[in-house]
Amino acid sequence: MDGFPVLELKGISKSFHGVMANSGVDFKLKKGEIHALLGENGAGKSTLMNMICGLLQPDRGEIFIQGNRRKIQNPKIAIQLGVGMIHQHFMIVPGFTSLENIILGSEPVTRMAIDFRKARKQIAALSDQYGFSIDPDAVTEDLPVGIQQRVEIFKALYRKVGILILDEPTAVLTPQETEDLFRVMRRLARKSVSIIFITHKLREVMQIADSITVMQRGAIKGVLSPGETDEQSLARMMIGREINMISNDRSAGAGRTVFEASGLSVNSSRGFEAVSDVSFCVREGEIVGIAGIQGNGQMELSEAIAGLREIASGNIILSGKVMPALHPRKMMENGLAHIPEDRLKYGLVLPFSIAENQILCTYYRNPFARFMWRNRKAMLNNSRELMDRFDIRAGGPEESVKTLSGGNQQKVIISREFSRNSIFLLANQPTRGLDVGSIEYVHRQMLTLRDKGAGILLISSELDEILSLADSILVIYRGRLISMAGKEGADRASLGLMMTRGLEREK
Amino acid sequence: MMAVSRLRPGARGEMLCVFLWISVTACIVCSYWISPVVTVAVLSSALRQSTPLVLGAMCGLLSERSGVMNIGIEGQMLMAAFWGFLMHVWTGSLMMGVISGLAAGAFAGFLFAWMSVSMKMDQIIAGTIINILAVGLTGFFYPTGMSSAGKLKIYSVPLLSEIPLAGPVLFRMSPIVFLTICIVFLLHYCLFYSRWGLRTRATGEHPKAAATMGISVVKLRYGNIMIGGCIAGLAGAFLSLESVGVFERGMTNGRGFIALAVMIFGKWTPIGAWGAALLFGLSMSVQTQLQFDRVLSLPHQFTGMLPYLITIIVLAIFIRRNRPPASLGVSCERE
Ligand SMILES: Nc1ncnc2c1ncn2[C@@H]1O[C@H](COP(=O)(O)OP(=O)(O)OP(=O)(O)O)[C@@H](O)[C@H]1O
Ligand SMILES: [Mg+2]
Repeated sequence: MDGFPVLELKGISKSFHGVMANSGVDFKLKKGEIHALLGENGAGKSTLMNMICGLLQPDRGEIFIQGNRRKIQNPKIAIQLGVGMIHQHFMIVPGFTSLENIILGSEPVTRMAIDFRKARKQIAALSDQYGFSIDPDAVTEDLPVGIQQRVEIFKALYRKVGILILDEPTAVLTPQETEDLFRVMRRLARKSVSIIFITHKLREVMQIADSITVMQRGAIKGVLSPGETDEQSLARMMIGREINMISNDRSAGAGRTVFEASGLSVNSSRGFEAVSDVSFCVREGEIVGIAGIQGNGQMELSEAIAGLREIASGNIILSGKVMPALHPRKMMENGLAHIPEDRLKYGLVLPFSIAENQILCTYYRNPFARFMWRNRKAMLNNSRELMDRFDIRAGGPEESVKTLSGGNQQKVIISREFSRNSIFLLANQPTRGLDVGSIEYVHRQMLTLRDKGAGILLISSELDEILSLADSILVIYRGRLISMAGKEGADRASLGLMMTRGLEREK
Repeated sequence: MMAVSRLRPGARGEMLCVFLWISVTACIVCSYWISPVVTVAVLSSALRQSTPLVLGAMCGLLSERSGVMNIGIEGQMLMAAFWGFLMHVWTGSLMMGVISGLAAGAFAGFLFAWMSVSMKMDQIIAGTIINILAVGLTGFFYPTGMSSAGKLKIYSVPLLSEIPLAGPVLFRMSPIVFLTICIVFLLHYCLFYSRWGLRTRATGEHPKAAATMGISVVKLRYGNIMIGGCIAGLAGAFLSLESVGVFERGMTNGRGFIALAVMIFGKWTPIGAWGAALLFGLSMSVQTQLQFDRVLSLPHQFTGMLPYLITIIVLAIFIRRNRPPASLGVSCERE
């Protein structure tokens, strides 16, 4: 690694309504390096990056690009300075083709119309130069996330990016797609693009980073190189305490069946069959894991179970009773707890306070309601107790959940769902986007619930999560379940293969 | 694997549209064969009747494609009709009248943009304010007994207007009607092929994505809403300076809202909206003709219902099927 920093931050501070998100951050990025940025949820990583790409303005501090001091007032200036960012939530117009998405904002034009021919040529040239390609005419909303991400990378390359920021790019990718992404990143780095890579997965950091910066509570905790550290000490540095890998070492007691799906078929919103003829059961004190790559019917399956989606055929049986479809309250009252996949959309009412979110399922019952009136005092007491018990870090019960960090938002959901006396937990991607400390926390809570005798259905695309928690493992592939013999028969390689190819290749 | 046949979403709607148009064309040809004079009269009246609807729909389309729900079209039209007529009477120049109408529409648009884009007010409320404001202002300041000073003249294209059926309908018409057709095609081309069009559509679908690519969402929305205001202003000018010739209280008579239905029916595309508006125009002129001829001995209250009935039916069928711009009505948050 030679040379001077392409990007240097000096004393950057930023606060939101009195909450310090960044305080006095110094940061250096060398030319052509892959620099990993680590930190727990809410450490201020995204905020810092948004200031480099012009979406936010620092309160204090200076930004130097190629040694020159710059004020980045809006994204346009950032683009001109060669800064490109791929956001945690993709910035892709869903109905547009890849081509339209790539050129948006920097379109080549003839007199009046967009010069699509020229754009196509430029994209083909980029493909040649960097050695990976996309289909310019595919509509982006139909593409798998890995390819959508590639479109995002093309967007940056098209604008001659020199500094590429990737904010948690691997959170939604399959292991295979992650490998592909890393290959692309290495190639870009070789072509002297400097990359900032944000992730919560320490294994990836060790695998690809040239240097590592750890953030904690808005400040830089330290800068390291992967040679002089390991995953354990990185985790300790991030969280400030020791992390123990949770694993499920207790063998499942063969209890009563709490939940059963028989011959369940569910249609997707587009009308085709997303889940076909699925049958399985979950017993008391058992964790059943469903592994699979996102988009193979997990969303439809869990929505059907939660009573949020119509059932095409088959039955859902909760503690021996056949449940009607589309009746979420009935499911809850019969003992369902639900951690939805998209916590911002289905798990929380963002503008509501923590206390209000914690009684979303019980607000109509004693003690939170008397006749027609809500009981505010009971709500706040309940919230204080839960915040204490589940270690939710926030200003108070009346703080809005919108401003909480991802980990604390998940804790609010868990406190709500686990404090009712549930006998069956449906957890869909319960740890997506969470830092190692929060993951450990969520896993421990799930095991506690299991020990109390509840059955758990864990749907996840994280192999490690499934392997360490589940008593029995199923793989979902194109809406069908493939059952694995038991925990013993499963290892990373064979599971990964089944997730990507189903059974066809196995035999 | 997947279900056997996957009808493209909206394919049935398209089939319905094509079927509708074929049957309408067949009816026109038949009636021309029976009575050419009446048919020509009905058709050119349909074109005239549809003009304010088309213009209103273009106004709505411009702002909705960039993500701002605009229900203030009616008010924009009304203000333009009022101001255009006043200026026409005061200056004696039709040209000045039309231009003032455009300016009044653009000003109403600016007001709407300020409320909904800058102040981030609820867009429905902002639109309602424009509508109420227009009714109030034009009603209050309307000077009674102002006499008309003529209206825009009909212009015949020399040779082309001699063609049977098409000639008198398409090539013997007044300037704003003609201009409207030009606007439709120009807007369609720009929306789908120009740089501005791409940016507008991106802003309507995903404003944050547009913002990260260096597009100023606020400027673009202001621009679109104000151009839309001009176009609504043209509709107002058409009503008071070309069609009726005087200003009357509440003379837009719900056209701004029918224009919204037209826009939805036309799937937020200019040509689609144009086709839809023609259908509405046709229903209106057929309705007048029915009253005029007394062919059917229906009370006029019933025939008068026709356009509104069609609005309700069309909306009931299409509003769920046609997909609006994804982030319609959501104001773009930027810290
Ligand atoms: N727009 C905002 N308004 C108020 N507070 C905000 C805003 N954006 C971020 N914050 C706060 O700033 C802090 C840092 O947030 P940021 O999103 O940068 O964290 P992060 O490190 O990216 O976390 P994660 O790993 O969950 O993505 C958090 O406490 C968050 O609540
Ligand atoms: Mg973040």
